[in-house]
Amino acid sequence: MSHFLTPVFAPGFFQSEAVHIALGVGTLVAIATGTVGVFTVMRGQSFAGEAFGDIGTTGGSGAFLVGVGPLWGFVVGNLLAAAAMETIGIQRTRGRDLATGIVLGASIGLAALFLYLTTTEQSTTGATVTILFGSAFAIAGSTVPLILLLSLLVLGLILVLYRPLLLATVSPEMAAARGIPVRTIGILYLLALALAAALAAITIGSILGTALLVGPAASALRLTKRPLIAMLTAAGMGIGAMWLGVVLAYDSYEWPPVGHGWPVSFFVVTLVLVLYLLSGLPARRHRRGSDDPYSASPTLHAVPESR
Amino acid sequence: MSENILAVQSVDVRLSGRTILDQVSFDVAPGEFTGLIGSNGAGKTTLFRVILGLQSASAGDVLIAGRSRARGHQRVGFVPQKFLLDPDLPLRARDLVGLGLDAHRLGVPRPSRVRRALIEEMLEAVDAGRFADTRVGRLSGGEQQRILIAHALIARPRLLLLDEPLANLDLRSAHEVVALLAKITREQEIAVLISAHEINPLIGVMDRIVYLASGRAVSGTTDEVVRADVLSKLYGHHVDVLNVHGRVLIVAGAGEDTDLAGHEVAFPDTEIVS
Repeated sequence: MSHFLTPVFAPGFFQSEAVHIALGVGTLVAIATGTVGVFTVMRGQSFAGEAFGDIGTTGGSGAFLVGVGPLWGFVVGNLLAAAAMETIGIQRTRGRDLATGIVLGASIGLAALFLYLTTTEQSTTGATVTILFGSAFAIAGSTVPLILLLSLLVLGLILVLYRPLLLATVSPEMAAARGIPVRTIGILYLLALALAAALAAITIGSILGTALLVGPAASALRLTKRPLIAMLTAAGMGIGAMWLGVVLAYDSYEWPPVGHGWPVSFFVVTLVLVLYLLSGLPARRHRRGSDDPYSASPTLHAVPESR
Repeated sequence: MSENILAVQSVDVRLSGRTILDQVSFDVAPGEFTGLIGSNGAGKTTLFRVILGLQSASAGDVLIAGRSRARGHQRVGFVPQKFLLDPDLPLRARDLVGLGLDAHRLGVPRPSRVRRALIEEMLEAVDAGRFADTRVGRLSGGEQQRILIAHALIARPRLLLLDEPLANLDLRSAHEVVALLAKITREQEIAVLISAHEINPLIGVMDRIVYLASGRAVSGTTDEVVRADVLSKLYGHHVDVLNVHGRVLIVAGAGEDTDLAGHEVAFPDTEIVS
């Protein structure tokens, strides 16, 4: 690479296998989470994403304890969580937050035990940090095929379900009247969400995963009034945040304390927040102008929403 | 006798011991405009759910175009009750109309000239071209109703069910929606069954009326049904039907022993002259 890029891409960046994996996985996961995330935000279910984060923590730390890859723990934990959510009907009733809160608390408690046992056994706190906050640089090359498979599965599910899921999101009643099996569609969507949350957890940590799941989607939904465009925008924003996060984290080895890179997850989550704040700017200007053609208020012609 | 598009035959619905619908029977002929009138809790929504196949009847049958109903009948369009869309929902009015065309199919919609033309035509038919690109949730109640009607009609149903579409509308929007529905019924030979708790907005356009009170129904033309003797029998106590400047006022308990000059108790379902 040309030497004038050295201030941006520190030496060795393009040669590092860890960087390749982080960029590749980041791309896949950003696409999967961005796609599911748009529906998660539209359905007002970011709480479900949070729940997967908590239960994923238990699954991931349990995986560490028994010595299998944490991704398996996230996937199994989240699938069990999805089954439990479906059983108590969490998609239909929102008044279950108390029971959910208690179960999630207990789940984090279990994670604390698993992580305690792991750290005392291995006398290192690495597992705790990896599970909770993730490390895109520490993803084993051997898990990449599984990540690819799961990402494609999530993306495929959402694209195949797109039309019936969209109508069921707008109005379950109208969807049911059209003969759409609303419950089945809901379960399949929850499955996609559970897998996407596991993918987010392996990339930036179980606690921070929700940020990648709903952050880019919520930002994208502020900019467009078309769900498919929102999915593309969310995936693009997620990829941007992941890549820039990886670059900054790599560069941060040169920052104080020298020789200890800052966590990728920190950068990614911060960038997601910045994107969210920036995406609010056109919306705010827009509100003053108003999107409503009948608005009586004088229109200083606002930036048209992207079509 | 021409075949009815909808035949409701002695339908009973009992839910946890309560009788919601009691021997409800009526027919709707093709292209007919039928008003389903009744107060809240009279069983209107339940009746719609039975017709749509979302609720099974304890007894009786519902035939659509002569056949037993099936869930998600392609010939039946539906506009649900109290529909409030999230203003931030990223969906243009035209996208919701498009979903009416093919939401039951899997995959993402493939843009095609035919699809776009169909959507455009339907938007024009409900006079919604002006706000086709606005987010549906940001439209007014009357505009949202037009879009929902277009969503239901684009699949070319032969029967359109509307559950209280006028409930949240101001008087002018309500009249516009009713006029639109009457026009569609005439021009496209689509039968309309519309529920309402007020009879007046519908009075000039109804071919038939189905009057529902505490789960029981009487049906016929407006003149046959909206009469003191018929409604008194249905309600099980005396009611009067008054005509005031072409509007109908149905009042309870204004019998011999009640002082008409005093304050009358109108049924909560009926409109007091406005």
